[in-house]
Amino acid sequence: MNDNPLIALAGYFALLSLFAVGGANAAIPEMHRIAVEVMHWMTDRQFADSFAISQVSPGPNIIIVTLIGYHVAGLAGAAVATAAMCGPTCVLAFLVARTWDRFKEARWRIAIQAGLVPVSLGLIAASAFVLARSADHNIYAAAITAITAIVGFATRINPLWIFAAGGVLGLSGWL
Amino acid sequence: MIVSISGFGGALPWARRMIVEQRRWMTSEEFNEAFALSQFLPGPNVVNFSVVFGSRFGGVPGATIALAGLMGPPLIIVTILAVLYARYGDVEALGRILTGITAAATGLLIAVVAKMATPLFSKRWDWAPLIAIAAFIGVAIMQWPLPLVFLVLAPVSVACAWMTR
Repeated sequence: MNDNPLIALAGYFALLSLFAVGGANAAIPEMHRIAVEVMHWMTDRQFADSFAISQVSPGPNIIIVTLIGYHVAGLAGAAVATAAMCGPTCVLAFLVARTWDRFKEARWRIAIQAGLVPVSLGLIAASAFVLARSADHNIYAAAITAITAIVGFATRINPLWIFAAGGVLGLSGWL
Repeated sequence: MIVSISGFGGALPWARRMIVEQRRWMTSEEFNEAFALSQFLPGPNVVNFSVVFGSRFGGVPGATIALAGLMGPPLIIVTILAVLYARYGDVEALGRILTGITAAATGLLIAVVAKMATPLFSKRWDWAPLIAIAAFIGVAIMQWPLPLVFLVLAPVSVACAWMTR
């Protein structure tokens, strides 16, 4: 579609950043669609690996775009993808922060806020679906997903322990 | 002062402890207010939060410094990881570890969905669950582009929220 991957990266992620209500987790399906299915930048497996790396590295999870960018076009790709994903939304955040207090009680603002919650819920559920399809290739991986879902829902355990357990089980060769 | 944000990118509870309890840069209410705003905006929440927080203190320079403090160190780390993955991604053991982590992280995401859905679905039957299910089907099953799904569903959902209040 586009000869220069940097332009494609910038365009897709800048657009995506404005529609990702609910943050990085809501944007996963669209990133997957673009990177794996439309542009064929990476395989399903590489996408799932990038997600795993972004989860265990410190910092915002949106950093997955840095990994995708690097995979596509090296350091320049990483820089462009990250800037595109954060730039537009940062400008918006800066502008809105100045006027926010004035509209705090406005009815339209409350309606927008309430209206966006179910949309982002659906998007995050879609993320879980897309990732499960990429990662859970056998019954053991699916079992890990199911168990962590229950543990994550019922307890407030630090996610790093869960990731460590998942990594060790993965290494043990069951998956 | 904002340089000390560096260490804990991503972990909002830590950010809260430092900003509200240790440094007293914001009151608890100001923090919640800024956090609600950054969730309301599209894009990464933590990034939005750093911009909102930084701009309160120092306008454009404040926002820039806060953002750089948040993103700088993680970006360096993740770039190193990206280089390592490019070189060793084919190693079988590493692939197995990452598959295990993805399976576990997916489970945690399902837990997040369940926690978000509980208040939404426990009310009497109304529009919100329908919107959530429609968004899920559009993006996950039909694999339609996110902007398209968003531009159709968000106005409907906001209109429903407007009417029911």
